Amino acid sequence: MYASPFEYARAGSWAEAVERIADGGEDARAIAGGQSLAPMMMLRMSEPALLVDVGGAAPRAIERRNGTLLVPALARHADLEASAEAWKAFAALPEAAACIGNVRVRHRGTIGGSLAHADPSAELPCVAVAARAHVRTLGPSGERTVPAAELFVSHFTTTLEHGELITHVEVPALREGEGCAFAELVRRPGDFATVEACAVVQLDAGGRCSEARLVVGATADRPLDVTEAIGALRGEEPEAAAEAAARAAAAAVEIGPSAHGSEEYRREMVAVFARRALLAAAARARGEEDGTWSA
Amino acid sequence: MERVKVTLAVNGREVEAWVTPNQPLSEVLRTDAGQTDVKYGCGEGVCGTCTVLLDGDPVNSCLVFAVQADGAQVTTLRGLLEADGTLGALQQSFLEHGGSQCGFCTPGMVLTAHWYVGGHPDADRDELRAALAGNFCRCTGYGKILDAVEAYAQEAAGGG
Repeated sequence: MYASPFEYARAGSWAEAVERIADGGEDARAIAGGQSLAPMMMLRMSEPALLVDVGGAAPRAIERRNGTLLVPALARHADLEASAEAWKAFAALPEAAACIGNVRVRHRGTIGGSLAHADPSAELPCVAVAARAHVRTLGPSGERTVPAAELFVSHFTTTLEHGELITHVEVPALREGEGCAFAELVRRPGDFATVEACAVVQLDAGGRCSEARLVVGATADRPLDVTEAIGALRGEEPEAAAEAAARAAAAAVEIGPSAHGSEEYRREMVAVFARRALLAAAARARGEEDGTWSA
Repeated sequence: MERVKVTLAVNGREVEAWVTPNQPLSEVLRTDAGQTDVKYGCGEGVCGTCTVLLDGDPVNSCLVFAVQADGAQVTTLRGLLEADGTLGALQQSFLEHGGSQCGFCTPGMVLTAHWYVGGHPDADRDELRAALAGNFCRCTGYGKILDAVEAYAQEAAGGG
């Protein structure tokens, strides 16, 4: 497969990339890792006239700054997997990154690219909304900060302007007593999710849930925050109440058409994976072992 | 579409090529660099046979435009040969364990395994299986590939 002809330019900074894309007009696109855009170009589903390579526009080291995990947009999924700071600050983020594609995709694909691409079955958009992350952008109108919850509009559609580029993702670090987890159903390892869930659970000193958030992905055209539906968890022990909360979330969630299963099946799977995410988040809030969601 | 000059260090050898921006790295490696050990499979980043190491990281060479790799170091399967041209230890292990049948997946399989074992010398069989989950083989059923990689990993770990 061969992409349509295009012009190629490397940008040495975000500012240069924004300028180049603005000059290139509607048919100019940014490329970073290219693990979503390049296949679309090979399949001729996307035919940009100008490709501005932002891969070298900025450093990609992930840092902790006080209460925030600062993830450069160019951080690769493999960087997240390998970042001790990311596991400490919001474990569901590297956990979800490890579920993306295959090892080759994870060594090219970036968090900024994944969020801007806004595939509703992708892992990172779901986690970004659950984490209450913000994206920092630079575009023709300057810099701004957008809550992840306000970024995703629909399939492959965000509130970013044409030529507005994500430069950083700010992820609030979990506080004392909080835990988070990501769980997904895939047909084969590395596939896009059939359903996915990201949970954040806060426990009080007695081990009861004082706060919980839940975001479900891959069922509709964007990640869905179903936190309201799991309100009954509050004041309860997670092990006793997670099942009912997950069922309530599954009942509330919007399920769009899919080739991967009936609405009924996917709603049932939302209940299963929401429960797993909630229980794994609670276990982590208690300081128990990592990576146990499949148990 | 104008051609652009790209310089690559392929298995330590400098290669210059004049490419169009839409040429995938896999193609430039096969044609301009003569590296026919790079195989082109699905063309969409799924099957893994086009795997090369780009500045040390495993990537889909079918999904990297060659222009993006300008100035990079590329390792292909032949980059794992010994200096005298004999098979590297992992390649030898594939041979001994019957880890290759039609051979089409072998370059990607060997490169991915080599990269993974290099960073995870104590990996057990399950970890090796997970590491190779993105490389498809339609002949072997994977068992003998894992045998080959596991034996190599044990030898590498044991031999220090």
